[in-house]
Amino acid sequence: MRGERWRLIAGVALAAWLILPFLPLAIWSVAHGWRFPDLLPQELSSKAWAYALSARAGVLDSFALTAGIALATTCLAALIGVPAGRALALYQFRGKGLVTLLLLAPAMLPSLAVVFGLHGVFLRLGLTGTVSGVILAHLVPVLPYMTLVMAAVFSGFDTDFEAQARSLGATSLQTFRTVTFPAILPGLLTGALFAFLVSWSQYLLTLAIGGGRVQTLPLLLFSQSSAGRNDLTAAIALLYILPGLLILIVTARQVTGRGAALARGLGG
Amino acid sequence: MTDRRRIFLLLAPALLILGGLFLGGLGLTVLRSLRYMPALGLTVPDLSAYRAVFASPGFLASLTLSLWIATASTLIAASLALGAALLLRQSFPGRSVISFLVQLNLTVPHIVGAIGILYLFSQSGAFARLAHAAGLIAAPGEFPALTHDSFAIGIILLYVWKELPFITLVLLANLQGIGEDYESVARSLGATRWQSFRHVLLPLLAPGLIAASALVFAFAFGAYEVPLVLGASSPKALPVLAWQAYTDTDLSTRPKAMAMAVVIAGIGLGLLLLGFRTLRRGGPNAR
Repeated sequence: MRGERWRLIAGVALAAWLILPFLPLAIWSVAHGWRFPDLLPQELSSKAWAYALSARAGVLDSFALTAGIALATTCLAALIGVPAGRALALYQFRGKGLVTLLLLAPAMLPSLAVVFGLHGVFLRLGLTGTVSGVILAHLVPVLPYMTLVMAAVFSGFDTDFEAQARSLGATSLQTFRTVTFPAILPGLLTGALFAFLVSWSQYLLTLAIGGGRVQTLPLLLFSQSSAGRNDLTAAIALLYILPGLLILIVTARQVTGRGAALARGLGG
Repeated sequence: MTDRRRIFLLLAPALLILGGLFLGGLGLTVLRSLRYMPALGLTVPDLSAYRAVFASPGFLASLTLSLWIATASTLIAASLALGAALLLRQSFPGRSVISFLVQLNLTVPHIVGAIGILYLFSQSGAFARLAHAAGLIAAPGEFPALTHDSFAIGIILLYVWKELPFITLVLLANLQGIGEDYESVARSLGATRWQSFRHVLLPLLAPGLIAASALVFAFAFGAYEVPLVLGASSPKALPVLAWQAYTDTDLSTRPKAMAMAVVIAGIGLGLLLLGFRTLRRGGPNAR
């Protein structure tokens, strides 16, 4: 059928375009001097990878620091975002539109809109150049995302189950632990994984608040890239996308559901 | 506990953190842009930073460039995403591979994509090497400047690469909610494929498409690290210009940096309200 053939061609073109930027990264990471106009490197070498994975390069330290910041940001965002998402999904109240806007705007507006002012505030609090300052700053884009996902999760949650548990004599804590928490856990985990990725990808907020003293992977990546070390840059870039790849494989089955949750969340 | 108290307690931490950080950051930016700095004895707000910013040719060139980047990226990414979503809605061999790639791309940080685009399209990049092998060019300088160029082609390519999957996923989620019933009804009433797309499906998809596009526009307009990697040294994209003014050793340029940040915030906020209102008014959820 003609339609089917066109679909296949369009699909191949789309797949090629999506995968294209990864190809030079993969080749550069194992290239030994890949000069113009060689189509492929004359020699292959594992030097860049060996250096990137060695202790002295600092790449692994940076990886651990970036992951630690993202993990801490995600936990804080979950603690604050779960109750907020519940309030947005299950209650009607005056000023809800405004509250929703305030809770979502920080993720939608460019970081640059707040970063200078944030730097001023953090300077006074003595938080610039510290890891805790960077974690707090990452909450600006991460917390709205978490709240949005939890609002979508709670909109499908039936509070009658809680009422039944309470009427059978469970305390608030018991009700939360045995009824609410298991029900929201799958959504919470998906939200947490993607909150992790949002923090993991931050560049400007880390640069501004960390003041160069908190060297996360994207900062390291940029400094290697501007130093012209293409092989090392490519190796770091590939290491940097690894967690996203793992998260995607873990959540592969839930992703269409997450897409729906995202769109529903956008619908308010 | 009354509902009002419960709602307040549930929302308080989020409002405290986001209100404090976001409104605090934004508020201080606005005050500084008005040159209100009591510590330096400046207690009368004025608009001189804005006047200075709008009078400088560099600012207008950067503003125009950033608007161009955001407009071109959004239009191209949104139209391609519409096609991709309609494609991925059908079954064909290899669909699951493409779905995986679309989702994978969503998890890749912008700076990685930007470096990939740089290695592909720069004058000594993969395509320049292919052009050389094909005998089209003899030296890197003869390859058209697609990165660090004044039309920001490299930046736009990156956003098309990165935001196409985002819009596609939003549209696919909407398509799931819409189902195929409306189109089948239209077709059974004699509408052509094109008519049922144009008059039935597209209006149903429009709110999600507009909201996702508004987000992409705001991002492409205000992102810093992409033009940092792929942009020309002059004119610079507005966020790069603002950051440069902020980190200048000459502290007197700071109010100008703040004024530029306020312009970026204003445009972003306007788009956000547009997206918000579009979604409120219609869309698959409003049915």
